[in-house]
Amino acid sequence: MNHEEALILLPAYVDKELSLSEAVNFERHLNSCDECQREYNEQIHVSALIKNNTKYFEATPQFTKRLEADLPADRTKATQQKSPNSFWNLNWVNTWGSGGVITASLLAIVWSTSLFLATPSAQDKLTEELVSSHVRALEVDHLSDVISTDQHTVKPWFNGKLDFSPPVIELASTGFPIEGGRIDYIDGRTIAVIVYRHNKHPINLYIWPSTNKDSDIQRTTRNGYNIVNWTGEGMNYWAISDLDTGKLQEFAKSVRLEVNSNQRS
Amino acid sequence: MNDSTKKQRFQAAVMPHINSAFNLARWLTHGHADAEDIVQEAYLRAFKFFDGFHGEDGRVWLLCIVRNTFYTWYQQNKVQSQHTQFEEELHSSNEESDILDDANPERILIQKDSQRLLQQAMRELPIEFREVMVMRELEDLSYKQIAEIIQIPMGTVMSRLGRGRKQLAAILAVNNGGAK
Repeated sequence: MNHEEALILLPAYVDKELSLSEAVNFERHLNSCDECQREYNEQIHVSALIKNNTKYFEATPQFTKRLEADLPADRTKATQQKSPNSFWNLNWVNTWGSGGVITASLLAIVWSTSLFLATPSAQDKLTEELVSSHVRALEVDHLSDVISTDQHTVKPWFNGKLDFSPPVIELASTGFPIEGGRIDYIDGRTIAVIVYRHNKHPINLYIWPSTNKDSDIQRTTRNGYNIVNWTGEGMNYWAISDLDTGKLQEFAKSVRLEVNSNQRS
Repeated sequence: MNDSTKKQRFQAAVMPHINSAFNLARWLTHGHADAEDIVQEAYLRAFKFFDGFHGEDGRVWLLCIVRNTFYTWYQQNKVQSQHTQFEEELHSSNEESDILDDANPERILIQKDSQRLLQQAMRELPIEFREVMVMRELEDLSYKQIAEIIQIPMGTVMSRLGRGRKQLAAILAVNNGGAK
């Protein structure tokens, strides 16, 4: 690679966007060229400066709420609620005035069915509770009670605070450093929350004992947050984040893999 | 697709990227209120055209719309936006204080000064460089993703990042020299 070519490719080398063979070729030139080394240092320096010292502007929770409210209304819900009244009353009561009793019982059936359908399942309620815990923690900016990037600090912190010992998995090498941990009260019990971060996105990992058998990773979304959950080695795991679902799934897989290999060793 | 599932799919694929959308809009416009307007408009557009979204990268798809919305707005508000920029600078001191949580006053002073200079330098950077820098350094997007958002070849992403960083270093050097 000559000097001109190297200068052109230099930013891609800084951003680790070169293929392995290109990178090797580039390095061969870089090692022998003062100008390229100067240029390289400057690029790395400015890149780090912006990454670490400029502000990442987040949308305010109020704005996010307003935005969601402004999306075109959910029409299906409205028609579901309306239909028992308008349809049944008009067609049954008014056409066959004497059919009032039948209408009433039919109405009762329709209503109770819709009530049954509207009652959230236990799973739904749990999801709701976890998401509001996640949002609450973000809103008051209180993600962690123990702040540490070290699993050996976070894990003992839970001692004496919980009736179980949550696995605290180190994932910094896969791009999910630990930020800390806290205790939360969900579904009628105290549970452990380990806080991870990927780039600017916090991930809350909720852990508590389970008597259910192991299950695969499942994905859902609620209020715009991505959620993955699974059961393994006697624990329930729920991870919630604004991270995209693929990345969150990757996070879940890494945790799961590590927990499994720790159990075996 | 009925409205309910469309909305659910939209909330799953697009809603989580609101901070990315806001950060980009905020860096492009320089103003908090303007950025909110842009993001709001972009979300409405995104929802409207969501049928054209087929499970690609939701963040890339949204940022592309945010950027287009911004450029439409920018063309219409060219003169006014320069005025807003000036106003923003007057108020920028509050905004910097919330980056700083270090308790050492001396360090705060140094940190504050260098952060202010950096923030200032980013503002002065021409917009075509600033946008790639924000996407690369703050959003951690790949060349391929940036190329898709701006609709330019990956080689252009590379050269803009290189030139943008160089130019930023130059602005910093001048501003730093001026301060002394």
